[in-house]
This record gives sequence, structure tokens and C-alpha cells, in this order.
Amino acid sequence: MDLDTLNIAGPTITTLTAPFWDAASRGRLCIQRCEACDKAVFYPRPICPHCWSRRLVWRDASGKGRLKSFSLVHKPGHAGWVPAAPYLVGLVELDEGPTMLSFILTGARAPEVGDPLLLAPTQIGGRMLPAFKIDPNQRRNVG
Amino acid sequence: MRRSNGAIAGIGELKPQRLTAGVTTLEMIAEVSRLAVLDAGLEPGEIDGLLVGPQVGETPQHVPATIAEYLGLMPTMANVVDLGGASGAGMVWRAAAAIQAGMCEAVLCVLANNREEVPPRSPNRNPIREFDVPFGASGANISYALLMQAHMARYGSKAEDFAAIAAAARANAQLNPDAIFHGKPAGVEAVLASPMIASPLHLLEIVMPVAGGEAVVVVSAERARSLPRSPVHLLGAGEKVTHRAVSQAPCLTSGPLKSAMARAFAQSGTTAGEMSLLSLYDCYTIMVATTIEDAGICAPGQFGSWLRDHDLSHQGDKPLNTHGGQLGFGQPDLAGGMTHVVEAVRQLRGEAGARQIENARLALVTGNGATMSEATALVLGAS
Repeated sequence: MDLDTLNIAGPTITTLTAPFWDAASRGRLCIQRCEACDKAVFYPRPICPHCWSRRLVWRDASGKGRLKSFSLVHKPGHAGWVPAAPYLVGLVELDEGPTMLSFILTGARAPEVGDPLLLAPTQIGGRMLPAFKIDPNQRRNVG
Repeated sequence: MRRSNGAIAGIGELKPQRLTAGVTTLEMIAEVSRLAVLDAGLEPGEIDGLLVGPQVGETPQHVPATIAEYLGLMPTMANVVDLGGASGAGMVWRAAAAIQAGMCEAVLCVLANNREEVPPRSPNRNPIREFDVPFGASGANISYALLMQAHMARYGSKAEDFAAIAAAARANAQLNPDAIFHGKPAGVEAVLASPMIASPLHLLEIVMPVAGGEAVVVVSAERARSLPRSPVHLLGAGEKVTHRAVSQAPCLTSGPLKSAMARAFAQSGTTAGEMSLLSLYDCYTIMVATTIEDAGICAPGQFGSWLRDHDLSHQGDKPLNTHGGQLGFGQPDLAGGMTHVVEAVRQLRGEAGARQIENARLALVTGNGATMSEATALVLGAS
């Protein structure tokens, strides 16, 4: 199954969120950081959700994370995803702190909560998305 | 001096613009909220009440949760005020009433709108639509599957533990002729044999959507005394909203009902162990599991063994969702949550017929919205 051929709706990008999607299209993961409280922020906002400062700047993320949970989707909520089923989605706790939902590439073994993840930019439905894959070189961290 | 029913402590206002190119309503809500809270001399974390308009133009449902998550707030009272041009004034007395009711202490009342030359192609521009849906996550099933998988991984809970919740709901539904699954019991094996929807979630662990309706009438305790029915009293309430998207949940194995139930028990001076009926919101099996644990009825991660040790029928030691729950009764959309209120009233009036709990005195009712995001708990008492 070539994920790039899926007929699915893309994001409605706004001025605020464009830096994330511009970076994604170039295979990078770019998230906000608050200069006032030094916390990373995802998804993009005009004020920091931790301290309400407006001093948010864009930074490349390390692309490393941990699988907080996952689901193998057999019956997608959107018809456009049916050709890809079953496929894996997961909650990715980024090393920087925030959690994002992402598409997880299936590998040689079944995923487990705590698996270390690596950014794996993937063409899905006609656009490059910051998907993830299990990092084969790191040990599982259930912490 | 006249009696004060509450005070306005801060204000915020944005300079009007004919057009706001590329700016979402959520962004404008963030800015005007920041101004008002700054003016009030409060820290964002001190805001524990949130009143918003019905449509931010970008998210048709779960508006308070969407705005709370966007602002990083976790209010203990959140509501939409949908009174058109009267919404702003309508928010002020509701905020004061919520404070007087002991639900919260500082309420942010906010309304804002953007205005674009060309309206967006899709008006639904909430963060879930932008950051979850493109990755293949649409709908509640996947979100609750992620919560369930996290519980299994953390505590070693098993598929059959969750299936037992659906089986118990079906069993109780056999005494409710109105239930959609009346005459259709399903045991643990049948639940586990039903199709996998999003692992580890099976079809029979998910509510069946149905048409329906539920309503209640609330009066003062004084007024109730002059009315024909035996009144059922609201003894305590609690509410908490922590997030909208499952990716933003502060915890995957415990939810906002934990603090909502704690407030309801504290207000009513009761404990979970005293309840004659547990009328627990059950959109999915994982929701009941987490609620039992968050109520302190069993230790975290132990719902499976707790279920094996207790009888959830009306004759049992721990009656739970005697109407069949939504898993057995069916989910008439938003009215589904109200079925837990209506059943509690029936039981506390002693009018539950073949499924009447003997000497029912107290009931815990829970409500849950979005992805274990929006929580309300009530303690109701018989007269």
C-alpha cells in the first residue's frame, strides 16, 4: 500500500501554524519553545499554555520520542484511510516534553508502550508528514 | 450597602478591525483572555472557571474543552452560554452563581471572533482537525483505544477484564425492556469475539448510537416539597475539564473525573463506599474501568479483580448501571449521558420495578465528554 496515494483531507494551515507545516514538508519537525518559561510547546499557539507569555520561538526538535500508547486501526474513522487499514497510530512523547499524535511505521516487531521512536518523514496522502518509527538502536523505556 | 452577588475583577478588549487575515478565533480568544487575566492581577493557573460562546467559528462541539486546552487551563466549571447578543451579560451572573455554588473561584468569561475576506474552505479548524486527523486519527474510537492500551501497558489489565464490563452492562439491560440490547445478552466470550475496531478495542465495547431523549426538571428543595413526586436531592457536584485531544491529556490512565468526584463527595459529605448505585458514564469499557479506579472504589490498575469480586446487578453488593448503562441501553447522542441521571432518580424514588435496588439512598452519577476530557460528577440522595 502506497500511503501517498490515499485520498485524505490535509490540514487547514494558518499563518500561526505555517512554520510547522513548512518544516514538515522538508522532512523536519519544528515546534515552539517559550523563552519565558523555557518549556517546549505543541501544537502551535500564540501564547504559551504554561505561562501565557507571547515569547514563543520556533526550534527544530530532536526527532526522538517515546511511544506513550498506540492503536492498530482496523476500522478508520474516515473513509479515505480504509485502503491503508490496518495501520498504526501512536501518541509520541517528544524528548522535548510535549506529546503529539502521529502515524507510526510498522517494523519487524510489534510495537510496545515505551518503545523509543525516531522521526521518519513519510509521504502520506500527497504531503510529507512527520511520522515516526521504532528506533532499533534504543532500549524500551516504560518510565 | 447593597448585597453583592460577585465582582468583576478584570477586563480585556481587542481593538476592532474590519478584517483579520490569517488569524483564527482561538488565537483572538487567547489574546483577549491574556489581557483580562493580566488586568485582574491573577496568574493563568488561578482561573478555574470558563464560560465561552457556542461557536468559535472553528470547532462546532466541545468548545470549552478546546479553548481550555488551547489556553492551558483546567477549569472546575466550564460551559457554553448561547444567548446571542445576551451571551456576554448572561455569562456574568452564571459565573457568580457558579462561584456561590462552590464550583470555582475565578471565572474567565470570553467571546471573540475573527473576520476574513474569504472564509476558510473548512470552517472546522480546531487543533485536532489540523494535528491529529492528517495522521489517520479521526473519531473517538481511536482515542479510547489509546487510553485502553495505555492502561493495559501500565497495569497489565487484560482484554477479558474490559470485556467483563460490557458483559455486565448487557446482563443488566435484560431487566430493562426499553434497552436496545434487551433480549440480547452478550458474555465475555462474545465481546472478545466481536470485530476489532481499533486495537485493543472490540465492537461490543463501544456504545450503539440510537435516537432517543432524556429530560429532568430541577426546582429548589423547598419547592419540591409541594410537588407530587418524591424529590431526589442534589447533595454534591464536581466538574473538571483538562484537555480536548487525547494527545494533550495530562494522564492516560486517570482522568478529570477523579477530582470532579472528589469535590462531589466532599460537598455531599459522602464516600464512594456509601453509594447504593454507581451510575457511571460508559461510552467505552475503558471509561468505566478508569472511573471505578478514579473514584477510589479500587486501587489504580485493579478494576479487573474488583469486578470479579463484586456483583454489579441490582441485587448485588455493588449495583452499577442498573438500566444497562449506555453499553446496554444504547447511546442517544448527548442524551446518553442523561440516562445515568434518570436511572439514578428512578432508583432513589424506588420506582425501578424489576431492577429496583433495595433501600436505595445515595447514587453517584458521572458524565464524561470528548476523550476523557470533560467530567462532571453528582451525588444524588433520596428524600
